Amino acid sequence: MTDPPRKLPTMKVGDKLPDHVQGPISRATLALFAGASNDYVPLHIDSDFAKSAGMADVFAPGMLSMAYLGQMLTTWVPQERLRSWSVRFTAITPLYATVTCRGTVMAILEFEGEPCARLEIGAYTDQGVQTLAGEAIVALK
Amino acid sequence: MIDKSHIGVVSEERLIDVEKGQLKFFARASGTCDPIYFDEAAAERAGYPALPAPPTFLFSLALGAPAKRGSIFTDMGVDVSRILHGEQSFRHHKPIYAGDRITLVTETLDIFAKKGGALEFIVQVTRATNQHGEVCASMLCTTVVRNG
Repeated sequence: MTDPPRKLPTMKVGDKLPDHVQGPISRATLALFAGASNDYVPLHIDSDFAKSAGMADVFAPGMLSMAYLGQMLTTWVPQERLRSWSVRFTAITPLYATVTCRGTVMAILEFEGEPCARLEIGAYTDQGVQTLAGEAIVALK
Repeated sequence: MIDKSHIGVVSEERLIDVEKGQLKFFARASGTCDPIYFDEAAAERAGYPALPAPPTFLFSLALGAPAKRGSIFTDMGVDVSRILHGEQSFRHHKPIYAGDRITLVTETLDIFAKKGGALEFIVQVTRATNQHGEVCASMLCTTVVRNG
């Protein structure tokens, strides 16, 4: 049996995606994500190592928040509509942060001959710091 | 300073299997609620042939099969305690599914410094091709090295 087609959002400039909230990010979150994502950089899992590198403590890898942003996008449209997306990591995501992902449709445009929406996307901590800033190109159908 | 002669270096081809168990682990560790990413029956009902890899998973595949030629650590001599992730982008062409065997090739596109060398940037692209010879995705990663 196949699910009925998902009801798809209309996309027009100014539309906001539903906020996607994850966290708080614990040491357990970081340990599990390190294993699951093959990212063994000790800055994210070993407090002693992080402190010796001059950091206050372990901190979340940028790719954890980018995974959260991906969840926001694939909750909104099926993943196969996601054509291209990029982020800059603008601040470190500290331990215990709760992350809110936000997205807004900025333009409807043609991308490689296909009608698409260009979204502004971002991740923010509960301290009000923007940690990821970027954009996504999503096919309209 | 990182030797700019690394610009243009192309890695060897690396093969990596997309493992169902790892996709489920990734979904759990990243707090995914959508069952298509961890429940085969849900994925099938949604019309997928197998569990789909979520849209950042190529980054983890590349970490799971790191390049020897052009490695930031072994070839360029960067200390892991000095790195930060600067930028990351993905282009998606074909879905990647559990059971796929992906070939990865990484190329170093640029190396440059800012703030008088206090920060160095390494830009690398990784392309992923599946077992059918289809280009699935590519990603651009900018690694920042703190020299200060």
